Amino acid sequence: MSTRLRTALFSALLVLAVAWPVLGLKLTTVGIRLEVHNASPAMLWSIAAAALGMFCWQLGRDRLAALWSGAASRPAVPGRLKEVLSLPATQRWGLLALLVPALVWPFFASRGAVDLATLILIYAMLGLGLNIVVGLAGLLDLGYVGFYAVGAYTYALLSEYWGLGFWTCLPIAGAMAALFGFLLGFPVLRLRGDYLAIVTLGFGEIIRILLRNLTDVTGGPNGIGGIDKPTLFGLTFERRAAEGLQTFHGFFGLPYDSADKVIFLYLIALALVLLTLFVINRLLRMPIGRAWEALREDEIACRALGLNPTVIKLSAFTLGACFAGFAGSFFAARQGLVTPESFSFIESAVILAIVVLGGMGSQLGVILAAVVMILLPELMREFSEYRMLLFGALLVLMMVWRPQGLLPMQRPHLELKS
Amino acid sequence: MPELYHYLQQLVNGLTVGSTYALIAIGYTMVYGIIGMINFAHGEVYMIASYVAFIAIAGLSMLGLDHLPLLMAAAFAASIVVASAYGYSIERLAYRPLRGGNRLIPLISAIGMSIFLQNEVLLAQDSRDKAIPSLLPGNLVIGESAMHGVVISWTQILIFAVILLVMLGLTLFISRSRLGRACRACAEDLKMAGLLGIDTHRIIALTFVIGAVLAAVAAVLLGLQYGVINPQMGFLAGIKAFTAAVLGGIGSIPGAMLGGLLLGVAEAFGADLFGDAYKDVVAFSLLVLVLLLRPTGILGRPEVEKV
Repeated sequence: MSTRLRTALFSALLVLAVAWPVLGLKLTTVGIRLEVHNASPAMLWSIAAAALGMFCWQLGRDRLAALWSGAASRPAVPGRLKEVLSLPATQRWGLLALLVPALVWPFFASRGAVDLATLILIYAMLGLGLNIVVGLAGLLDLGYVGFYAVGAYTYALLSEYWGLGFWTCLPIAGAMAALFGFLLGFPVLRLRGDYLAIVTLGFGEIIRILLRNLTDVTGGPNGIGGIDKPTLFGLTFERRAAEGLQTFHGFFGLPYDSADKVIFLYLIALALVLLTLFVINRLLRMPIGRAWEALREDEIACRALGLNPTVIKLSAFTLGACFAGFAGSFFAARQGLVTPESFSFIESAVILAIVVLGGMGSQLGVILAAVVMILLPELMREFSEYRMLLFGALLVLMMVWRPQGLLPMQRPHLELKS
Repeated sequence: MPELYHYLQQLVNGLTVGSTYALIAIGYTMVYGIIGMINFAHGEVYMIASYVAFIAIAGLSMLGLDHLPLLMAAAFAASIVVASAYGYSIERLAYRPLRGGNRLIPLISAIGMSIFLQNEVLLAQDSRDKAIPSLLPGNLVIGESAMHGVVISWTQILIFAVILLVMLGLTLFISRSRLGRACRACAEDLKMAGLLGIDTHRIIALTFVIGAVLAAVAAVLLGLQYGVINPQMGFLAGIKAFTAAVLGGIGSIPGAMLGGLLLGVAEAFGADLFGDAYKDVVAFSLLVLVLLLRPTGILGRPEVEKV
């Protein structure tokens, strides 16, 4: 009993030490002096309640746990169903089944919803690209947003200075990001995995700092605005076309509708995501794709079989960067404005969270996670202050409760039953 | 010799910042040495410790107790206690349940924790900078005058002295004490240490607490030096400290100290050469260069991978 009492007391004190100084006291600047005031009484009471609750919980946790286990067992997904859900074949059919509604839906939905869906698709694409690097090849990349920024600024700069259109710039942006990935990956990929994490993180920050400080070229913190939207074979979706161009509604004799542009952007994003999915799925069946996964599982075995780890890692890294470049140039086209602050570390964290939340390596999982991660904060607009707080807590809870992700990938395999 | 004075001044400034990086870096390197994970939330512990130090100083000054040693002692004590509580709780809540799985899982959890803590402070306090006046005004001038000489503030001297003491204490603790030996055993081989009867959970918790204490000391000292804090400061400080740890060879405590000093000096000279905006670029470029030439860091041991 006395040890339990001591544990309970310790835990309660811990809650107080963690919560009271930061939450219960507030620093305020009065004139030039800094003063400390108590937070609202409600906050103080809830801190006290939390400490008391912790104390009681630690005292009676054995009894409570016994009650809990007697009361209810968790309803679980039946084993067979779980197996079927995580097989690659099922996931592929799942994707195909989602495709038709995804194509038809925007014509009936509201403009805001379609716009949000476009954003989700951008993140899905980023997630799929990072999934190659992290989920398939097992390389931890914390600076993925750097390649995204390279893609976005490639289009923004080319359109600003040389007036090139979106469709010309899309492949250039992908190639530029891939080039950056190659140049960065070449020296670093020979190192241990954790060094890769910090070097990529540093790279992402360097890109952002350069974009912010090279004011003459990139416009500094203000970024580049007025980037052209994509056209459909030379038809723009604006109300009035620039010289030498025709408008979409004029060409087809339709009344002007500003929603057309949003739907068109959505469809491009959808096409890009499908292209990404297609390419990755093909690659996964090629020797290179098999090599990625083999490398993730066991690098030494790979070496022994005569695979060159550096080349394999580099290919995954470069390809992942390339998709980030595509996504970046589309992002620039959709926003019409790029600023360095769109590419901060938190974006990398969100994309990584999408990959891990989805279940590493699983493509349907990544798409599902992209929907969850972008939609949830949007739904929580009312608590917008608490958005990032909840996001952080969600990441931790998710890792504790379901570390394998929402829809983990599973290779077809046989199990021997005795 | 104004040129020489200028460079010496940069060296002193770099060493000041670098020694605090070193303190924070030890927290990263010890945790990494034992469980092989990057404790991303460590930078936030540093930030919270700075807030607590400021709260202690401001609170005591409001009560009229602005006796300098008392203020310092209170700031150190308060931020060390609270930072240790945070270090321990973070490990208990976000990392211990995840032990033994994929390496990425604790990292994501750590990123989540870092975002959570940053926003907790952002909401409870606010996003504006908080400033206190310098507690230890005055300088020591070496040379003819402030213009032609090296200026070392009393705060900087205090920083050097405290950090030297702390490093000495830590080295003695790790090399001489029973718990320190257990720490080293865990870093060598966690499983084997557990089999030999060491409570590995406790040792891991202890490393988090030690890291938090060092971060708190760094927080108080840097708070005195700069006098300004905000909720975003933890992120960059954390990344810099981690860079320092990698630079020196991650897992090695002397390496973290050396890496921190080196990074601080490189940053000071880099800022001098290329302008303040490119300070961070210099730091990261240095990291890439060192890793290219010496992939294990300056003092790191090459890791032999066994099947």
